[in-house]
Amino acid sequence: MGYPHQPHERETLVLSKHFGEAEARTLAGWKQRGGYRALDRALRMEPAQIVDIVKASGLRGRGGAGFPTGIKWSFMKPGDGKPHYLCCNADESEPGTFKDREIMRWTPHALIEGCAIGAYAIGAETAYIYIRGEFTEPIRVMEAALAEARAAGIIGSNAMGSGRKVDVWVHRGAGAYICGEETAMMNSLEGRRGNPRIKPPFPAVAGLFGQPTTINNVETLAAVPDILVNGAEWYTKFSRPDNPKSTGTKLWSVCGNIQRPGNYEMVMGFPFGEFLHEVCGGALPGRKLRAIIPGGSSVPIQTLDEAEGSLMDYEGMIAGGSMLGSAGCIVIDDAQNLVKQIARLVRFYAHESCAQCTQCREGTGWSQRIMERIVAGDGTAEDLDTLLSIADNMTGKTICVLSDSCATPIVSGIQKFREDFEALIKRRTMHPVAAAVA
Amino acid sequence: MSAHGHGTEPHAPVFTAAAARAELDDILSRYPTKMAALLPALWIVQRERGWVSEDGMREVAELLELTPAYVKGVVTFYTMYHQHPVGKHFVQVCTTSPCNVCGAEDVVNALLKQTGCGELGVMSPDGKYTVIEVECLGACGFATPVMINEDFIDGVTVERVPAILASLE
Ligand SMILES: Cc1cc2nc3c(=O)[nH]c(=O)nc-3n(C[C@H](O)[C@H](O)[C@H](O)COP(=O)(O)O)c2cc1C
Ligand code: SF4
Ligand code: FES
Repeated sequence: MGYPHQPHERETLVLSKHFGEAEARTLAGWKQRGGYRALDRALRMEPAQIVDIVKASGLRGRGGAGFPTGIKWSFMKPGDGKPHYLCCNADESEPGTFKDREIMRWTPHALIEGCAIGAYAIGAETAYIYIRGEFTEPIRVMEAALAEARAAGIIGSNAMGSGRKVDVWVHRGAGAYICGEETAMMNSLEGRRGNPRIKPPFPAVAGLFGQPTTINNVETLAAVPDILVNGAEWYTKFSRPDNPKSTGTKLWSVCGNIQRPGNYEMVMGFPFGEFLHEVCGGALPGRKLRAIIPGGSSVPIQTLDEAEGSLMDYEGMIAGGSMLGSAGCIVIDDAQNLVKQIARLVRFYAHESCAQCTQCREGTGWSQRIMERIVAGDGTAEDLDTLLSIADNMTGKTICVLSDSCATPIVSGIQKFREDFEALIKRRTMHPVAAAVA
Repeated sequence: MSAHGHGTEPHAPVFTAAAARAELDDILSRYPTKMAALLPALWIVQRERGWVSEDGMREVAELLELTPAYVKGVVTFYTMYHQHPVGKHFVQVCTTSPCNVCGAEDVVNALLKQTGCGELGVMSPDGKYTVIEVECLGACGFATPVMINEDFIDGVTVERVPAILASLE
């Protein structure tokens, strides 16, 4: 549902069906709603069968990259004699994104069930849910639900009487966006600084504690129980007829300058224009939508025209000049200074860089200073070229893609809203040092 | 009850208390290495003492068989461990773009003024408040989210600030 609002009739409620229902948080309430049937069934199947169903469903990672989940699971080799691990990524720190928070607050058992199924399917006895440190309420809700599930024998050394061990634990982060990057998360869980690791080796080969590991987003894992109960084919029907590559429902977090911010569950391929204007209520009174960042702050900014012409699935958002990312949609209207907001995003990345890579450490800092100078009215005509050249040096050259993410709003902003930058630069009073070298 | 340090006096040990020790042992049983209990152990120190002092780091280092320098390296990586005493009410306000376009900077200014802090990161003269700006709190649709110690408040507006401050002891 468009939580905190009433569900909109054009939503497709699967994951969010029970958002806002306090009883759904309890084990009894969850079982009444059909909970843990999927886990019970899964524990009686061969892990490979589960992987095949998830593959056939077309489910793709909801954490941002959209990698097919079943294929990711199939990289975990059964019977290699090593302990395997599942990490659930609940770090949710990408500006614009707040969907995993609602899944954990309202349907904690859906996530526990998804984690337990995932762990069993990849041959892991232990799953850790890494939750960002600021999510105090989701942590409390998850801990309470885990305690109930453990006491009832649903998870533990003999999960649901299957004879299989499946443990699920919460691990609290301590404030660092970069720990959402999967290899940084593994370092953080191990008790280290959250620096991303160089790949290869990939996590499926040597991940958490050096052992084969799978990392999945909260929403990805929470989607699994319904797929097992209803079948892969049921899930593939949530797609547009001409695009079988994106299936299922997707939670969209919508924020910024919009009438009804919130979480909406939409079928893949829904028209983005109708979504923004009709489902989310469109612009605030007297204002106009101007720029849309549809998939969290790391994806390219769209013009309103681009957004209105896009379809809400992985391929549709690329065709519309951006990406689906984490589906954290940031709406900016005509009352805002767009360049200031891009500068604020750049400050975010500069603050969150782990500083291992020169291009990222220096590039985020330089970009921030130049962007802030432009916003202050001290920009020069050359600044835009300098920004683009720094962005080029920050893209595709570092250990993780945080560096690329910092460049994205700058490059797409200058490409699509150049007039906003130029208007600020024209107003500049020439800086004395710049004037001397000019 | 959590105690919030106001001075710079050294920490009394945390894990000599049976309950804290049992809590740590329980956490240790979940991981194949002792080091993995580092973040949770530091959380316990901060909960009990209000911040993480050098003494706290040394105690944790010893228990987990790490060096104090290593522990400090980890503590300094993360933004949520306080390396100094903070105001009794530690107020964190998100000002990243999604909240910024909804007026988060006005909320920060109202908080700075009405708490008497005046400046970001500076404890109020009465030691009651510290206000800082933070990056995205993962609640962007509920602008502006404000965290006060372990409590998360959604949808804070300038108008709500006086009532929120009045509700704090
Ligand atoms: C800088 C950075 C931050 C990330 N933050 C998150 C995050 O908060 N949550 C998340 O699920 N994935 C995040 N990711 C993506 C993860 O690395 C990983 O791809 C994902 O958790 C895999 O799960 P999925 O396949 O289910 O999407 C981030 C990636 C990068 C590079
Ligand atoms: S790109 Fe940036 S955040 Fe990523 S590893 Fe390098 S320095 Fe760290
Ligand atoms: S930007 Fe403020 S909570 Fe996300």
